[in-house]
Amino acid sequence: MLRVEAVEKSFDDFKAVNGANLVVGKGELVAVIGPNGAGKTTLFNLITGQLKPDEGRITFKGEDIGGLPPYEICKKGIARSFQIVNIFPRLTVFENVQVAVLSQQRKSSELLHPAHNIAVEETEVILESVGLSGKALEVAGSLSHGDQKILEIAIALGNEPELLILDEPTAGMSPEETSATMELIKRLADTRGLTILFCEHDMEVVFSVAQSIMVMHQGRTLVQAEPQEVRRNKEVQEAYLGGE
Amino acid sequence: MSLNLVVGYGGMFQFHHGVFYGVGAYTVALMLTKTSLPVWVGFVAGPVMATVTGFLIGWFCVRLTRLYFAMLQISLGSLIWAIAFRWYTLTGGDDGIHGVPMPALLSSQNNSYYFILVILTICLMAMYLIVKSPFGRTLQAIRDNPQRCEAVGINVRRHQLKAIVIATFFAGVAGVLFVVLERSVFPDLLFWVLSLEVFIMCLLGGWFTFAGPILGAAIIVSLRTFVGIYTEYWTLVLGVILILLIFFLPEGVMGYFLGKFRPLAKEVAHRSE
Repeated sequence: MLRVEAVEKSFDDFKAVNGANLVVGKGELVAVIGPNGAGKTTLFNLITGQLKPDEGRITFKGEDIGGLPPYEICKKGIARSFQIVNIFPRLTVFENVQVAVLSQQRKSSELLHPAHNIAVEETEVILESVGLSGKALEVAGSLSHGDQKILEIAIALGNEPELLILDEPTAGMSPEETSATMELIKRLADTRGLTILFCEHDMEVVFSVAQSIMVMHQGRTLVQAEPQEVRRNKEVQEAYLGGE
Repeated sequence: MSLNLVVGYGGMFQFHHGVFYGVGAYTVALMLTKTSLPVWVGFVAGPVMATVTGFLIGWFCVRLTRLYFAMLQISLGSLIWAIAFRWYTLTGGDDGIHGVPMPALLSSQNNSYYFILVILTICLMAMYLIVKSPFGRTLQAIRDNPQRCEAVGINVRRHQLKAIVIATFFAGVAGVLFVVLERSVFPDLLFWVLSLEVFIMCLLGGWFTFAGPILGAAIIVSLRTFVGIYTEYWTLVLGVILILLIFFLPEGVMGYFLGKFRPLAKEVAHRSE
């Protein structure tokens, strides 16, 4: 479904991503791991258009999407959440998700109908599924960090993506919140038939959930394989697992 | 009455707005004095010209971010001011244009007052609808976080441009109303000081609220009227108020009171659940 081939990106002289390869098949739950600064977030930014790749190809359902602006990529069916909380702090929780649903339904430019009647049901379903219904009317900026991270995912769901990309969905969460969030992610993958690509620090989390793991080190893809195989991989052990 | 006018374009949008107001006013004044077209053509042309100007200036400006956006807008706006100021044969330079003829229906004080009131009400209602529409909501989202908006599939620049075009249309309408009221135009209408004043109105009243700018305009105009009686340095008082405001009420007067009421409203909502 998503294929990343030999992608490179440098900032000034620093090669943040230097030969990344990734394959995500339909319905899979794929994880990207790697130490800090390995280029995981940069890779995600390249896929979803926040950055343009210098080299290499990114294709989604056979279509070249490398270098398209983010809103175009989103319309093709890729939605994402961000590592650092990136929401609309002055809007309510409900409105945060609704903005994405409106965009999905191509109604963002509608002028004459009051917004509080539009896309209400869809928005409520999403809030229900992530467990934020009770906080729908709260101003998003006043939520706890954990809830804001969940809201991140909810906004991304508002776009009804085929591929959902989550950049460290549990960053900064307590262990309980982390496991609850991973449960949520698994459930979303099952019930909505979503394809999910995520990156994560917590090794245990990754190995228990992901069907396929891609390991990055210094901007380069070391390997992409099933969890068991990744664990056995020599290079990975040296670069990452052993280094901790 | 001038208060009403100020309210009419009370700056829903925080742009360098005076220019479009001025363009609307100049267009209608020129149409009515230099051509023999029917009056309503001039009335329509004012907002249209303002919108076109808004589109052109906006088209350049949305390519830049924040501070640069504002700077470019101010410089392009000043360009228009310079044209009006220098082009004596067309615009009368710093004298402006006086004695713009009005149709008989609007010539009495009372009639023009009601005309302005009606148009103003329509505009306010339209703006309210727009603010509450999906477009308005998306715009608020862009204000909060443009990057995230792109990620949910919104073409941020195009959306901002649409907002500018809509806002300039209303500024143009206000410009027309100004001519109806004053029968004259002068380059000050296009000058950035006026834009600054509008901006302060929004700031003072509370920029995240619909009625905030109206309240801000009321505060400024009454300051000018009442404090202006005692001293010509009424802006000094305004300055002090602004400083206090920035420190104590960063959301503006309206924002402050809404903030006070919100917990209350929530409580009521909880109880009724």
